[in-house]
Amino acid sequence: MAHDNSTNGMNNALYKQRQRTNAIGLTLSMTAMVLGLAVLLWILFVLFSNGFKALDWNIFTQSTPAPGTEGGGLANAIVGSLMMVGFAVLVSTPIGVLAGVYLAEYGDTSKTAEVTRFVTDIMLSAPSIVLGLFVYAIAVATVGHFSGWAGSLALSLIAVPVVVRTTENMLRLVPGSLREAAFALGAPRWKVSTLVTLRAARSGVLTGLLLAIARISGETAPLLFTALNNQFYSTDMSGPIANLPVVIYQFALSPYDNWIRLAWGGALLITLSVLVLNIVARVFLREKTPV
Amino acid sequence: MTPIDPAIKINALELRNLNFFYGKFQGLKDVNLDIEERKVTAFIGPSGCGKSTLLRTLNRMYSLYPGQRAEGAVNFYGQNILDAKQDINLLRARIGMVFQKPTPFPMSIYDNIAFGVKLYENLSSAEMDDRVEWALSKAALWNEVKDKLKQSGLSLSGGQQQRLCIARSVAVKPSVLLLDEPTSALDPISTGKVEELVHELKQDYTIAIVTHNMQQAARCSDYTAYMYLGEMIEFGATEQIFFKPTKTATEDYITGRFG
Repeated sequence: MAHDNSTNGMNNALYKQRQRTNAIGLTLSMTAMVLGLAVLLWILFVLFSNGFKALDWNIFTQSTPAPGTEGGGLANAIVGSLMMVGFAVLVSTPIGVLAGVYLAEYGDTSKTAEVTRFVTDIMLSAPSIVLGLFVYAIAVATVGHFSGWAGSLALSLIAVPVVVRTTENMLRLVPGSLREAAFALGAPRWKVSTLVTLRAARSGVLTGLLLAIARISGETAPLLFTALNNQFYSTDMSGPIANLPVVIYQFALSPYDNWIRLAWGGALLITLSVLVLNIVARVFLREKTPV
Repeated sequence: MTPIDPAIKINALELRNLNFFYGKFQGLKDVNLDIEERKVTAFIGPSGCGKSTLLRTLNRMYSLYPGQRAEGAVNFYGQNILDAKQDINLLRARIGMVFQKPTPFPMSIYDNIAFGVKLYENLSSAEMDDRVEWALSKAALWNEVKDKLKQSGLSLSGGQQQRLCIARSVAVKPSVLLLDEPTSALDPISTGKVEELVHELKQDYTIAIVTHNMQQAARCSDYTAYMYLGEMIEFGATEQIFFKPTKTATEDYITGRFG
């Protein structure tokens, strides 16, 4: 090959072309990023400007107002939401974590595990309204009235697959050598799973749990069919019970100014608590990353 | 421990016609070997020659993985551990293992040691304290960690972590210790400490060590086995293997002409 001087040093034409390609690629991805971020910021801006106006002490102390009355708060809805989400978490944590342990540590290739994994994936992507209808059919229609328990059940059905999958994935990240080391001491499988691998993956599992809570605390559709709503303060889980998502849904569509204001307040409360949960989850996950 | 007459050789492990399969691939071919009690037996050979496979057969670590199986016999004081009726967990409590990479459990230094002990013994907290101190001293780690037993095992340096893993294996008082390239991830100073430890531990334990480092085999073992492609090429007293190997293949490997 003959040498000409221009290719002995830098090939400037090639460099220019790469710079152009780079500029185009960068512009496209920046635009996409700005568009996505702008919409998100817009949502947050509207939510915060309307929501903060609604936030006052009464929101935490008074119950939802009757039609035509002034003021009022969201105390009943906050308590109802906390109770339903709380029970859902209490039920779905052990089920989800244990099922995840089974999938990762025991049923590596067994048929049962494959079926479980398949069903879990379907439930993960099932529209929440379908799960709500299902619970309506088995736990509302059969007893003849709406109830907080039914709401909690619907929320658990959404939370369990999330917990199962994150638990399994986090356990799979634990290096096999750690498992072998525990087995090498003569530990039975259940002790290896619970005392060593689950412990090694605990912050990841906890993160999955927090994300599941964040997910169910904003769910409206399954609660419409199950817990419905309650205008009054009630902690009776066997009857209809107020909750933030349904209150927001009903109040936002109402003609009353104070109701609409409360809907914004409720929306802000949910967003803030989900935000806090996500930040906590991230902090845990960061601690988890190996040194 | 029963007193032994030094003139009589007692074999802790006797491998008879041992074949090992990873699915269809044969990892060990008809291996016959005696591992003498309270001696250090080293396994050397190029990567993939089956020395780690052999070690993992001795505590049935391979049983964790479907598709891996061993044929033949491994007699542990007369009992064939490949027997399907063998309780694997009890076996592993008697034949401990230390791995290539340090694998401290995600718990405190103290609990790392206590974990294995609690599996088979019910000790009072004072007895457990003694056991932890005893095991950490055996592994020459006590002086470095005695003031931070509550700290995570993961906070230690690599060399300390490996000695913690040795202490953890020693703490359950096994009769055999399998060391699978225990120093390959360590710096020379930590390696030296672990080697001293091996020398120390053979007073009480039978030790089988896999190593890539031939000087290490020469320094710390009584017997050496050279393996190649799943076969035991030569086995004998370490001095004999290193100074008067009977097979040219062994000599080529040891002198660095191969491998």
